[in-house]
Amino acid sequence: MTEDDLDRNRRHFLTVATVVTGVAGAGMVAIPFLSSLKPSARAQALGAPVEVPLGSLQPGEMVRVLWRGRLVFVLRRSEPMIGLLGENDDQLKDPNSEVAEQQPEYAANATRSVKPEYLVVEGSCTHLGCAPIEDFDVRPAEGWGGGFFCPCHGSRFDLAGRVHTGVPAPTNLRVPPHRFVRDDLILIGQDTGAA
Amino acid sequence: MARIEAEIGKPQGGFVKWIDDRFPFTSTMKYHVTEYYASKNFNWWYVFGVLAFVVLAIQLLTGIFLTMNYKPSADDAFASVEYIMRDVEWGWLIRYLHSTGASFFFIVVYLHMFRAMLYGSYKKPRELIWLIGMLIFFVLMAEAFAGYLLPWGQMSYWGAQVIISLFGAIPWVGEALVEIIRGDYSISDITLNRFFALHVIVLPLALIGLVFVHIVALHEVGSNNPDGIDIKKNKDASGKPIDGIAFHPYHTSKDLVAIIVFLMIFCSVVFFAPDMGGYFLEHANFEPANMTATPEHIAPVWYFTPYYAILRAVPSKLWGFVLFAMAVVLPVFLPWLDRCRVRSIRYRGWMYKTALSVFVITFVTLLWLGMQPAEGVYVRMAQFFSVLYFAFFILMPFYTSRDKTKPVPDRVVYHG
Repeated sequence: MTEDDLDRNRRHFLTVATVVTGVAGAGMVAIPFLSSLKPSARAQALGAPVEVPLGSLQPGEMVRVLWRGRLVFVLRRSEPMIGLLGENDDQLKDPNSEVAEQQPEYAANATRSVKPEYLVVEGSCTHLGCAPIEDFDVRPAEGWGGGFFCPCHGSRFDLAGRVHTGVPAPTNLRVPPHRFVRDDLILIGQDTGAA
Repeated sequence: MARIEAEIGKPQGGFVKWIDDRFPFTSTMKYHVTEYYASKNFNWWYVFGVLAFVVLAIQLLTGIFLTMNYKPSADDAFASVEYIMRDVEWGWLIRYLHSTGASFFFIVVYLHMFRAMLYGSYKKPRELIWLIGMLIFFVLMAEAFAGYLLPWGQMSYWGAQVIISLFGAIPWVGEALVEIIRGDYSISDITLNRFFALHVIVLPLALIGLVFVHIVALHEVGSNNPDGIDIKKNKDASGKPIDGIAFHPYHTSKDLVAIIVFLMIFCSVVFFAPDMGGYFLEHANFEPANMTATPEHIAPVWYFTPYYAILRAVPSKLWGFVLFAMAVVLPVFLPWLDRCRVRSIRYRGWMYKTALSVFVITFVTLLWLGMQPAEGVYVRMAQFFSVLYFAFFILMPFYTSRDKTKPVPDRVVYHG
């Protein structure tokens, strides 16, 4: 067979077909390997809801719990704390909780909570995930109405976990799904879909 | 008769010949070692490549021995490192050699990269060597980052939290990407386990492979020199460059002196200041990881702080990430940003000399700023120096093409 006898079209077709089949095969083989990097069944199971009893929590006190390995703050706000919430809206990026991913619908209200008294937020700064520190002392001279302060990059949040303007954190602290099982027991990680 | 038969069966040329018939041993040794000619006017800036190789060897050796006692699980990791430090014979030495080696790896690599900027080593025809070198640098950063999580101390945990969260700033895919990196909804045992796999298998393999091609590419085009001239233009009758001397035994014997001096400094740190006052091993990392409280003051290890300072200078999550990534990646483009006709700083004009000096000051200042708290004057300074950092690269085509250069000699010269 000489060079002239070659059917170049057929050869080209076979080359392309082989490469395409090979790439498609390699792509499919990659699926199990890549999927193995996702959270495993055990990791998902460990993400089960946690119960937080509220019986001994006094007004102005906060507890820290872990849900899915993430830190969650449960703050029982006192009457004066609730009163502070509407006062500094001009300092806030998203005072009306308009960023939908940051809270379930039932917490997209003025207090970002099911019951105004109890704030449930993830203790993970929306900037780079450090745990904010609570600072509930009101210092009007500094323009501080109480809330949370992130030690890593200086982001500030108010008593409803709403982010201040001029700080690196882009959004309000996330409110995890939660519901009241009884008046003195919160279940974090599960809700009924509505309040 | 018997004698002749015995001679026929005897290989000619001995063992080396037997090998050479089956593997290119002698020719490879000649090409890469005994007949690889590099300029005879190398100065001390040229020892850092060899030193990086030495540190790599130290890290591989000590790393192998550490894995024999380390346990990659959230419950056991911190205790197993303490066990290595206290109960394993000479364990403290092996661990401190490894942790100090990490910092020295970056010291040596930063100086090696600065050498390339001094003498234009990244310029044509060595662009690919520079690109491979930048890849090595990125893999090294990933390797150091993955390694820092393994002791499972407070800084390990929260440092990883901050850096992994950075990827969450990427629009649309960010959150999914973060979940795949962690393998969980938070940094957990699963994350630690896979970082261990990355740190001891994936990234070292990549590092070794890249170092190999880095050297093959270098030997293809030949080493640059402090004059930035092409020594292959002047060859003697036998075809070897007149200004070149063989890598072995000439450059190797000089390198041996550098290695000894380096090991003296390195061992002084290992023996007398292994944590380097908190710069090589941060104090908060002597506490086990605590998921409920971030340390008051959080900063990455010193070799990441220049980029971290740039990240914090921007009061926006997305733009902070973008500028951070750009700061790391921009040096990749140096071979094309630099429009100067000459390679070496010896024959460049005042503009590049000024720019490079300002860049060194900028880099060191950012390195320091990245360790300071992110407030007040430090943020303002970080913003100012971030602008200078980017200006060095972005304005480079303009100042390097307008710079007045001096005539370049035909043969290498000695200074001092």
